[in-house]
Amino acid sequence: MHVEEKFTHETWPASPEKATLEAKNKFLGFWFFLGGETVLFASLFATYLALKDRVPNTHQALAKDLFELPLTFTATMLLLTSSLTSVYAMYHMKNFAFKKMLLWLGLTVLLGFGFLGLEIYEFNHYVHAFHHTFTSSAFGSAFYTLVGFHGAHVAFGLLWIITLMARNAKRGLNLYNAPKFYVASLYWHFIDVVWVFIFTVVYLMGMVG
Amino acid sequence: MSTYAKKQGFGATLWDFLTTVDHKKIAILYLIAGGFFFVVGGLEALFIRIQLAVPNNDFVSAGLYNQIMTMHGTTMIFLAAMPLIFAFMNAVMPLQIGARDVAFPFVNALGFWLFFFGGVFLNLSWFLGGAPDAGWTSYASLAVASKGHGVDFYLLGLQISGFGTLIGGINFLVTIINMRAPGMTYMRMPMFTWATFVTSALILFAFPPLTIGLVLMMFDRLFGAKFFEVSMGGNTIIWEHLFWIFGHPEVYILILPAFGIFSETFAIFSRKRLFGYSSMVFALVLIGFLGFMVWAHHMFADGLGPVTNAIFAVATMAIGVPTGIKIFNWLFTMWGGSVKFTTPMLYAVAFIPSFVAGGVTGVMLASAAADYQYHDSYFVVAHFHYVIVGGVVLALLGGTHLYWPKIFGTMLNETLGKITFWLFLIGFHLTFFIQHFLGLWGMPRRVFTYLPGQGFETANMVSSVGAFFMAAGVIVLLINIITTSVKNVRVGNDPWGDGRTLEWALSSPPPFYNYKQLPLVRGLDAYWIEKMEGKKGLTPAEPLGDIHMPNSSFLPFMMSFGLFVAAFGAMYHGEHGTWAFPVLFLGLAITLGSMFLRSVKDDHGFHIHKEDLMDDDEKGVKA
Amino acid sequence: MKRLAKWRLISLFAILALVLSGCGKPYLSTLQPAGDVAEMQFGLMKLSTYIMIGVIIVVTVIFLLVLVKFRRKDENMIPKQVEGNHRLEIIWTVIPILLLLILAVPTVATTFNLANVSPMDKKNADGKHNVLVVNVRANLYWWEFEYPDLGIVTSQELVVPTNQKVYFNLKSSDVKHSFWIPAVGGKLDVNPENVNKFWLEFDNKKADEAGNLFYGKCAELCGESHALMDFKVKAIDKDKFQTWVRAMQNVKKPQEATTASAQEGQQIFSKSCIGCHAVTPTNSTPIAARIAPNMTNFGERSRVAGILPHTKESIKNWIKNPEKYKPGNKMAGKYPTMSDAQLNALADYLMSLKVQK
Repeated sequence: MHVEEKFTHETWPASPEKATLEAKNKFLGFWFFLGGETVLFASLFATYLALKDRVPNTHQALAKDLFELPLTFTATMLLLTSSLTSVYAMYHMKNFAFKKMLLWLGLTVLLGFGFLGLEIYEFNHYVHAFHHTFTSSAFGSAFYTLVGFHGAHVAFGLLWIITLMARNAKRGLNLYNAPKFYVASLYWHFIDVVWVFIFTVVYLMGMVG
Repeated sequence: MSTYAKKQGFGATLWDFLTTVDHKKIAILYLIAGGFFFVVGGLEALFIRIQLAVPNNDFVSAGLYNQIMTMHGTTMIFLAAMPLIFAFMNAVMPLQIGARDVAFPFVNALGFWLFFFGGVFLNLSWFLGGAPDAGWTSYASLAVASKGHGVDFYLLGLQISGFGTLIGGINFLVTIINMRAPGMTYMRMPMFTWATFVTSALILFAFPPLTIGLVLMMFDRLFGAKFFEVSMGGNTIIWEHLFWIFGHPEVYILILPAFGIFSETFAIFSRKRLFGYSSMVFALVLIGFLGFMVWAHHMFADGLGPVTNAIFAVATMAIGVPTGIKIFNWLFTMWGGSVKFTTPMLYAVAFIPSFVAGGVTGVMLASAAADYQYHDSYFVVAHFHYVIVGGVVLALLGGTHLYWPKIFGTMLNETLGKITFWLFLIGFHLTFFIQHFLGLWGMPRRVFTYLPGQGFETANMVSSVGAFFMAAGVIVLLINIITTSVKNVRVGNDPWGDGRTLEWALSSPPPFYNYKQLPLVRGLDAYWIEKMEGKKGLTPAEPLGDIHMPNSSFLPFMMSFGLFVAAFGAMYHGEHGTWAFPVLFLGLAITLGSMFLRSVKDDHGFHIHKEDLMDDDEKGVKA
Repeated sequence: MKRLAKWRLISLFAILALVLSGCGKPYLSTLQPAGDVAEMQFGLMKLSTYIMIGVIIVVTVIFLLVLVKFRRKDENMIPKQVEGNHRLEIIWTVIPILLLLILAVPTVATTFNLANVSPMDKKNADGKHNVLVVNVRANLYWWEFEYPDLGIVTSQELVVPTNQKVYFNLKSSDVKHSFWIPAVGGKLDVNPENVNKFWLEFDNKKADEAGNLFYGKCAELCGESHALMDFKVKAIDKDKFQTWVRAMQNVKKPQEATTASAQEGQQIFSKSCIGCHAVTPTNSTPIAARIAPNMTNFGERSRVAGILPHTKESIKNWIKNPEKYKPGNKMAGKYPTMSDAQLNALADYLMSLKVQK
C-alpha cells in the first residue's frame, strides 16, 4: 500500500493508522513518547505533592481554601467529553468518512477551547481573589507548574489538531495523513488521562485537605 | 530521481552534512562533535590536575576552579560520552539489524542538532560571564544561590540537548522493534543492538525527571518560582531526587553500550560466539531495570533515615550480581577461543580488570553505613572514574578503532593505536588508583585546593602526572587519525577478518541505502554463519526492487537553532528585557515555524530504482 | 598483556598492605578510626574489601589463564562455538549473591545502629537532655557549635569530651554543607530545610595519639571556599571538658583587655566588629543575628579563620584581606580599612580572648 494512493470507502484498510511501515513507526514511536511524558508528569505530580500547602506564612491560601468543585468539575466534563468526541472522529476516520471526522474533530477543538478558557479564568481568579501566584510560595509554583504544564499541552494539542484539519481539509484522507490524525487523537486522550489524575490528586484531594 | 552519485565540493559537502538524515552521516557528526567536546573536557581535566598537583596552588582561582570542575563533569557526561555512544549506535545498530535506515531519519537529525546547539550554548558560558559553578549535579541550594548566569547556561543548554537525547532514544527503540531484517528475532540480535535497545529504554524513562528538574530550577532562577527556596516553603531535596532518578540510570545509559561494544570485540577477536548469550541479555535487562531502583544511594548522607538507606543499600548491591555474570561471560568467551590482540581487543582486555576494580568499589559504596565515610570524598571520585573511564572511555576508544574502518573505509594505524592504548591505560591507573586512598585519608571531593600537612601532597602529584599520560595517549590518537586519513588506504568489507555480525558483510563504508536487498538472518552472528558455509555475502530475503529513502532536510538544524536563540532571550529577560523578549519570541518562532513547515509540507521521500542499483553493481560504487 | 596483569597484582598487594597497616594522618584518616562510629565503618570497609579481593583474585586467575593459554597461534584455527554452560552460569550467579548477603546483613545492622538517636528525645525535669547534645550550624564558610543545655555558643573549634556519645543536630543557615570528622565517623549532610541528627564517640586513647585535635571538613560543595571550610575538634577527657564548660559559662560579659595595645584593640573591635562577632558565649541572641563566628575563646583556638596558623601575623593578614585567604567569604568589605597599628592592636586583643587563663 502506497502512501499517496487514492482510496475509496471499499479499499480503505481496516487499520489505516498502521498500514504502512512509516505509520507503524509513528504509532509505536508515539506510544513511547507518551511513556516519556508519563514520567514527566509523574515527576511534576511528585513535586506538587511534596510542596502542597508549603507556604511561607499563615496568611496565604492553602489548597482547601482555593479549590471549588463546580468550576473544576465543569472543566473535567468538558475535557472528558472532548475525549469522547475525538473517539467518534477516529471511528469515522477508520470508516473513511472524512467530513464526519472533521466535524467531530471540530467539536473536540471547541470543547478544548472551553476547557482552556475555564482554566484561564480559574488561574485569574486565584491570583486576584487569593493572591495565590506563581511566585508567592513553593505551593504556588508547584500548582501552576503542574496544572499549567497540562494547560500548555492542551494548547499545543489544539494547535496541532487545527493545523492538521486545515492542511488536509481539501484533499481528504490518505495513508499519509491518517496516522497523523490518529496520533493527534492519541495525544488528546493522553492529555485527558493526565487531567483525570490532576482532578483527583490536586482538586479532590486538595478540597478534602 | 537518482541524485545520490554526485561529485561534491566543500560547500556541497557541508550542506550535505547540515541537511543529512542518513544515520551513517549523523554518526560521523556525533563522532566529530563528541570528539571535540571530549578534548575540551580533557583540557578541563588537565587544568584540574595542574591546580591540585601541589597544595595551596593558585594556577586557577577558587571560583574559576569550580567552573572548570563543573564543566569537566557536565561536558564529559552530556557532551562527550553520550554523543560518542550515539555515534556508535547510529553507525552500527541499523547495520546490525539489517535495516536501510532508522525509523525516524528526520528525528535522528533533529536529535543531533539539538544536542549540538545545547552543547554549544553551554560552552558559550565561558565567553559570556562565566560557566556554571555548582558541580555537574547542580544541587539546588548552591545552584539557586549561584551568581551570574553560569547555572542558567547549564539549565537551558541541558534542556535543549536532553530533548535531543530523548527523541534519539525513542528513535532507536522503534527502529529495533520495527525495522529488523527478516529472521532477525530478538534473541538473534547482536549484543550491541541489545545494549542500544535497553539503553534507549533507560533514556526514555530517565531523561524526563532531569528535564523537570531543570525546568523547575530554571523557573526558580529566571522566573521567580520558589521550588527550592526554603524560606518560601521550598525544598532542595526534591532536586536531588529528580536529579538522581535521572542520574543513576544515566550511569547505565553510558556503561551498557560500552558493554555492547566490548561484547562484540571479545567475540570477534576470540573467533568465538559470545559465551552465555541469553544470560548476557538477561543481565543487561536486569541491570537496566535495577538501575531505576537505586538512585537514593547517591543520597546516603542526606539524612533520609535508616530504612531508606538500608533498602537502597541492598538494592544497589544486587546490581553486582548481573554485572558479575557479564564479567565471567566475557572471560569465558575468550576461554577456548583464538585470541588476537588487536588494538580494540587490548582495550577490551584491559577493561576487565579496570572495570572490576570500579565495580567492587561500587559494592563497597553500596554499604550505606560505610558510605558515610566514602561519600563526597575522593574515594567516590576514584570509583566513578574507574567505572566511566575504565568502562565507558575504554569502550569508546576501543570502539573507535574497531568501527573506524566501517565508518570511514580506512583503518587506524595499529602501532599508534597500541601506543595510545598503553599511554592511556597507564595514565588512567596512575591518576585514579591513588585517589581511592586520598578519599580514605580524608580528602573531600570538589576542593579547589588543599592545605599542606594533611598527607595529601605525594598522592596528588602522582595523580596529576598520570593525567598527562592520558593526554599524551589522546594526542597520539589524534595524530593517528590525521595520518591515516591523509593516506586513506581503502579497506574491504571485513577488515578485521573475523567479523561476525551483519555490518561486516557490507562495504566500508556501506552504500547510503545499506542493503541492496534486505538480508535473511539465519541465527546469531548471521555473517559468521554465512562465512562458515563458505559464502561470500549474505542470503537475500527479497528480490532486487526499488528502495524507498527519506529526503534530506534543513529543518532539524533550524528547529534546534531556534531553541538556541530562544535560550538567550529566556536567560537575559531579567536585566535586558528590551531585546531579550523579542529574541525569545524570535527563537520560538523559528522553532515553531519550522515545525509548522514540517507539518504542512508533505515529505514522501524518494525511490532508488532497481536499474540504478544494478548499475552500482557493475561499477562497484561505494556511494 | 602479562605486564598489565602483573601491574594489577602489585596494586592489589598494595591495597592489602595499606589497609592492614593503616595509613594517613591519625587526626584525619578514616583508616585510623578514633571512635565507635569510625570503628564500625572501618570494620565494614575491611569486610567489603576482603570479599572484593576474593572476587578480584578469582577474576584475575581466570583472566591470566585466558591471556596465556588462548592467544592466537594458528591463523586458520576456528575455535568451537560454545553457547554457554548452565552449571558455570549458576555458580557465578549464586556465589555473588551469597557474598553480597554476607555484606548486606552487617551493613543494614550498622546503618540502623548509627541512626539511633533516641536518647536525644528524652529530657529531664529541667527540660535538658540527659546526653550531651551539640547543635551544629553551617554557614558560608564557618561552623557554629552550640551546647543548648550548657548555654554555650562557640565557633570553628568543637570541644567534646572523650569516651561518651555526643549527639548532633545539624542545620544550615544558607546552602547545603556536610559535616565530616573523618577519623571519628562518617559524614552527615547539613541541609537548609531540616535538622539532621546523628551521634559520634571520640576515643580517649586515639585522641591522645592525634594530639587531641581532629580535623573536620565540609564535604559538600558549597561555593568558592568549600575547600577551606575546615573546623577542628578538640577531644578532651570528661574532667577537662567540665573545666572548659565552667570557664566558658563564667564569661557573662565581654572580657576586658589587660594590655594597652589589647585595650585599643578592644575599642576597635567594639566599634567595627561586634556587630557580627559576639565575644560572650551565651546563646541568648537569636540565630538570625549570629552571622559570624563567636570569638569568646578565640585566643585558645588552633587556627585563624579555620585554616591559617594561629599567630598574630595571620590575624593581621586575614583582617587586611580575607578575600585572599577564603574567596567568597561574607566578611570582606563589612568593616572599615584598618591601619597596621590598628591591625596590631586588634590582633593583640583577639589573642587575649581566653577563658582558661
